[in-house]
Amino acid sequence: MTKYYGELLAVDHVSFTVGRGELFGFLGPNGAGKTTTVRMLTGVIRADEGSASISGHRVGTLKAKQIAGVVPEMANAYADLSAWDNLMLMAELYGIPASVARERGISLMQEMGLYPRKDSLVKTYSRGMKQRLILCMALVSDPEVLFLDEPTSGLDVQSVRLIKDLLQGLNAKGKTIFLTTHDMDEANQLCDRVAIINKGNIVAIDAPEKLRMATSGMHSVEISFDNVVSPEVLANIPGVNTVKKLGDKYRLYTANPGELVVSLANYSSSHGLNVISLNILVPSLEDAFVALTEKEAEHA
Amino acid sequence: MPEPALVREQMRRSLVIARKDIRIYYSKGPVIIFGVLFPVFLFLSFTIGRDLSVDFMIPGLLGMILFFTATSISPIVVPWEAQARTLERLMSCPVRIKTIIVGDILASFAFGVGISLVTIMLGLFLGVTISSPFIFAIAVILAAFCFASLGTVFSIPPTNLPATVNMIAAVVKFPVVFISGVFIPLDQLPAWGQAVAYISPLTYFTDIARTSIQGQGHLPVVVDLLVLLAFTALFLVVAMKLHQRTMPRRI
Repeated sequence: MTKYYGELLAVDHVSFTVGRGELFGFLGPNGAGKTTTVRMLTGVIRADEGSASISGHRVGTLKAKQIAGVVPEMANAYADLSAWDNLMLMAELYGIPASVARERGISLMQEMGLYPRKDSLVKTYSRGMKQRLILCMALVSDPEVLFLDEPTSGLDVQSVRLIKDLLQGLNAKGKTIFLTTHDMDEANQLCDRVAIINKGNIVAIDAPEKLRMATSGMHSVEISFDNVVSPEVLANIPGVNTVKKLGDKYRLYTANPGELVVSLANYSSSHGLNVISLNILVPSLEDAFVALTEKEAEHA
Repeated sequence: MPEPALVREQMRRSLVIARKDIRIYYSKGPVIIFGVLFPVFLFLSFTIGRDLSVDFMIPGLLGMILFFTATSISPIVVPWEAQARTLERLMSCPVRIKTIIVGDILASFAFGVGISLVTIMLGLFLGVTISSPFIFAIAVILAAFCFASLGTVFSIPPTNLPATVNMIAAVVKFPVVFISGVFIPLDQLPAWGQAVAYISPLTYFTDIARTSIQGQGHLPVVVDLLVLLAFTALFLVVAMKLHQRTMPRRI
């Protein structure tokens, strides 16, 4: 799918498949095209080129919308209605019978810790409570596929944990989940596969672990000495690509951490330094993300 | 799903949207001010101190009340929802944009009819009589739907500021009131004034109201009803076609 905003190419021939029952992460920096992609998939805006389908239904059709639950980025519930009325409104818009909606509503609100405040107006809710309510609203139709656009952004720890636990539970029950986020830890903990989008292009799609391990040159050794050592000196040790000072420690990036550890041991003994701590670090998903998006920027 | 069943289902969802609008927007300040208080005070300012009969005043007051109330909610719901960040959630539900627009029109229609009934009751209390109440009721319903549809035309420009939409609406609504036979009967207007009056849908409702209450109008009632129907169809088609284009640009 491709989407232009005037002259700006927001999403450029993005193409991918998400398997049934998969928890798929969609990562990218701000302005990368994540929300535009989700809006095309949820039928809120139309793609200028290309198309997509959900369970065989073309996106944007009533059938595709009927089987999807959506938590849009920065969405609000109706502040002048109670949480319960918001939930029942959504159920009616999805054509859910009232008795089924009531049963599901009670269960969802209890799970999200909102039931005791179900009759309060939404304008009295905290941000975390509103987001949990919006998630309940997306789930009241018992959708096959759930789209979540930055669902935990800016929330309190308790709400984040509740939402993550709920998503894991839903995925375990076979729901397909499409999650956009720029939180690497969240994607790493939750997702079966992630796609990384940058400047409207998908730069990688794979399992988080595979993406991490495929990031060559991003392995690192974290070391601290009992005396001051200049980063320029460490940068000259064979095998070191980059040096970063992190408080009283140094992180040395390398393609071959084993050889670097030997070189560091030799260096410290020949210069009369004692090593206080030494850790070999594998690349994080964040490292992979930065490497992939920077590579994309260089190509551009 | 066969098309008639689909239409019925979307109609039901339009009613759900209308009910939501009624619960949320009826008590909003701009709706009460522009929809109820403003036309009453405007009418009073033009009639107090003039020697006018109740039979003359009630059709004009009714036309103006119906016009202002039925166009008070439908223009502001979409920009309000976009501003409050509830529109994207609504658009991702299994409803068509047409369904959303019809829901907003129905909420405005109900408001227009409800407040007009109060005016009609006031007229009856003051001693006016309505000849052909059935035709008159059809005219009220048709005009309320026509004006509510016009309201959604005002909100086509993709601005998310309700105040901007109200300003656009005011630019159209005020001149319309003065050219539609509310204060001066069409017969007393010069030829050019009558020509201008014919482009206002309010003219035709006011004419039916004068026929029903004063016993004489400017045009045959059938013509008034047919023209109101044509205006309604025009506003509906324009609103649905153009909101289809502009609504996604609001989010």
